[in-house]
Amino acid sequence: MMDAPAPPTERVAAPPVPMRPHTVQARVLLTPPRPGGMGTTRPPLLGGQGSATLKEQAIQAVLALCSAVSILTTAGIVGVLLFETVAFFQHVSLWAFLTDSEWTPLFADKHFGIGVLASATFLTSAIALLVALPVGLLTAIFLSELATERWRRTLKPVLEVLAGVPTVVYGYFALLFVTPALRAVFPSISGLNGLSAGLVMGVMILPLVASLSEDALYSVPQGLRDGAYALGASRVQCAVRVVVPAALSGIVASFILAVSRAVGETMVVAIAAGQTPRLTLNPLVPIETMTAFIVQVSLGDTPSGTLEYQTIFAVGTALFLMTLVLNVASHALVRRFRQRYE
Amino acid sequence: MKTFADLQREHAGWLARRRRRDRLFVLASVGATSLGLLVLAALVIDVVHDGASRLSWEFLTSFPSRRPEQAGILSALAGSCWLLVLTALIAFPVGVATAVYLEEYDTTDSRFRQLIEINIANLAGVPSIIYGLLGLGIFVRIMAPITGGRSVLAGALTMALLVMPIVIIAAREALKAVPDGLRQGGYALGATRWQVVSRIVLPSASSGILTGMILALARAVGETAPLVTIGALTYIAFLPELSLEGLRTPFTVLPIQIFNWISRPQAAFHENAAAGTVVLLTVLLGMNALAIVLRLRFQRQRES
Repeated sequence: MMDAPAPPTERVAAPPVPMRPHTVQARVLLTPPRPGGMGTTRPPLLGGQGSATLKEQAIQAVLALCSAVSILTTAGIVGVLLFETVAFFQHVSLWAFLTDSEWTPLFADKHFGIGVLASATFLTSAIALLVALPVGLLTAIFLSELATERWRRTLKPVLEVLAGVPTVVYGYFALLFVTPALRAVFPSISGLNGLSAGLVMGVMILPLVASLSEDALYSVPQGLRDGAYALGASRVQCAVRVVVPAALSGIVASFILAVSRAVGETMVVAIAAGQTPRLTLNPLVPIETMTAFIVQVSLGDTPSGTLEYQTIFAVGTALFLMTLVLNVASHALVRRFRQRYE
Repeated sequence: MKTFADLQREHAGWLARRRRRDRLFVLASVGATSLGLLVLAALVIDVVHDGASRLSWEFLTSFPSRRPEQAGILSALAGSCWLLVLTALIAFPVGVATAVYLEEYDTTDSRFRQLIEINIANLAGVPSIIYGLLGLGIFVRIMAPITGGRSVLAGALTMALLVMPIVIIAAREALKAVPDGLRQGGYALGATRWQVVSRIVLPSASSGILTGMILALARAVGETAPLVTIGALTYIAFLPELSLEGLRTPFTVLPIQIFNWISRPQAAFHENAAAGTVVLLTVLLGMNALAIVLRLRFQRQRES
C-alpha cells in the first residue's frame, strides 16, 4: 500500500460505518504519520505537509472559533450587565441600593432597596428548598439504594418528564390549583402569595436534586457497601450511614445547585407570587422577587437608557453574582468528590 | 449476670426495632418518590380538565383575540416553530463543533481548552432570565440593524446561546462513547483527523448527538422568561412571511401566549391558558418520546 501514495488532493472513498477492517478499501492519502503520533490514538495536531494539512489547519481553526462562542457568551453577559449597572450606579448609590428598605423604582418617589426583592427571593427559595432537598434526597436514596432495577428504570423517566415541564405550566398550576387548595388550610391567604409559588418551585427543582444526588450515591464504590453488609448492616443502615456520608460532597453540590436554580427561577414566582415589592417573610401575602421584577419591567415598553431599563440590569447583576458564587462552589465540591473516588 | 438466653432476647428485640425503623425509612422514601409522581398526575389532570372544553381545530387555527371564546394560538404555534427551527440551525453546528474540538482535536490540557470548559460549566448554571438580559442588551439593542429589534431572529439567537451548553455536553458524551478502535482503524488507513471525525466518529455518534439536540430544543420550546425579557409580544395577528424579512418581524410563542392568558383576571382566559398548555405539553411529550426512541436505537447500535 505504501509504495503508491495517491496525490494529496485525492479524497478517500467514504467507508461504510460501522466499518469492518477487512471490507474497507481505502488508499493511503497522506504521508505516514510522524513517529510521535503512533503511540497515541490521535496523531499530532499539525503533522505532515502539503495542501491537505492546510485544510486540516483551517478546519481546526473553525472548530476552535466555534468553541470560543461560549467564552464570548460569558463575556457578553458580563459586559452587558456591567455596562448598564455602572450607568445605574451613576444615579443610585451602592449604599442606598443595599440598605434602603423600600423598592419603588416605578413611582415618582424612587427608592432602590434591593433587600426588598431579595427578601422575597429568599422566602420563596427557602420554601422551595424545604420541599426539594429532603424529598429529592429521599428519592435519590430510594432510586439508588433501595429500589429494584425495574422500579429504577420506570421511575427515572417520570422524573425526567417532571423536569421537562415548562416553568410557565408550573406557574399555572401554582396559581390556579395550589393556591385555591391552600385556601382550605389558610383562609387568609391572598390569591398571589409566596407559599404556593415556593411549594411548586420545590417540586420543580426536586428532579434536579434527585438525579444529581442519585449520581453521587451511585458512584460510591461497591466495596464500601459490601463492607457495611459484612458488618451486619441492613440495607437501610448501609444506605444512611455509609453510602450517604461517602457521597456527601456530591449531595451537597446538588443542594447548592438547587439553591442557585431556586434563586434564578422566574416564571413560577412571576405568575403565582405577585408583583408587589414588600419587605416581609410572610408567605401568605403578595411579594415580588428579583426575577419577577425583571419580568414586570420587561412587559412594559421600557426605552433603553432610562433608569427603569438600567434597574433591571442592576437586579440582573445581583442575581448573576449570587448564582455564580453558588455554581462555582458546587463545581468545586463535585471536583473534590471525583478526585476522591476516581 | 446475663445469661445467653437474655442476650438472645435482647438481640431479637434489637433486630425487631431495626426492622421497624428500616421499614419506616423505606416507607418515607417511597412516599417521597411518589410525591413527584402525584404532582405530575395532578398537574396533567388539572390542565386537561380546565382546558379540554376549549380544545378544537378553531383554537389551533385562530389568532389571539380580546374575546376569549374566539382566541386561538395560531401565531403562537407559528412563532414556536420559527424559533425551534432557527435555534436548531444556530445551536446545532456551533454546539457540535465545540464538542468535536474538545473531544477530538484539543485533547491536551491547554489554557484555551480549560477556559472553554469552565465557561460551559458556568453557562449551564446561569438563570435563563440572565440570557434574556443578554439578548436584550446585544441582540435587541446593539444588533438592531441586523435583527430588527424585538424579532424572532433576536429570540432565536438568545435561545441558541441558552441551550448551547446542553447541546455541547450531550454531543461530548456521544463522542466519548465512540470506541477508540474505530478512530485507530481510520488513522491506520491513513485518514486525516478531519476524515476520521467526519466519516467515522460523527456518523457513529449521530443518534446520541441528535438525542441531545432534541432535548435541548424541547427546553427552548418551553422556555418563557428570556423571551419575555427580550420583548416577545403577546398580541400577534399575522404570520411572519417565509423570507429573510420574516426573520426580523415581531413574534410570540406558545409559553408567552399562555403566560399572557394566565395573567388576565377573567376565568375564560384561564381556560385558554389550560388548553394552550395541553398543546404545549403534547408537543414536548412528542419531542421527548422521539429522543427516547433515538436513545434506544443508539443503545442497540452500540450493543450490536
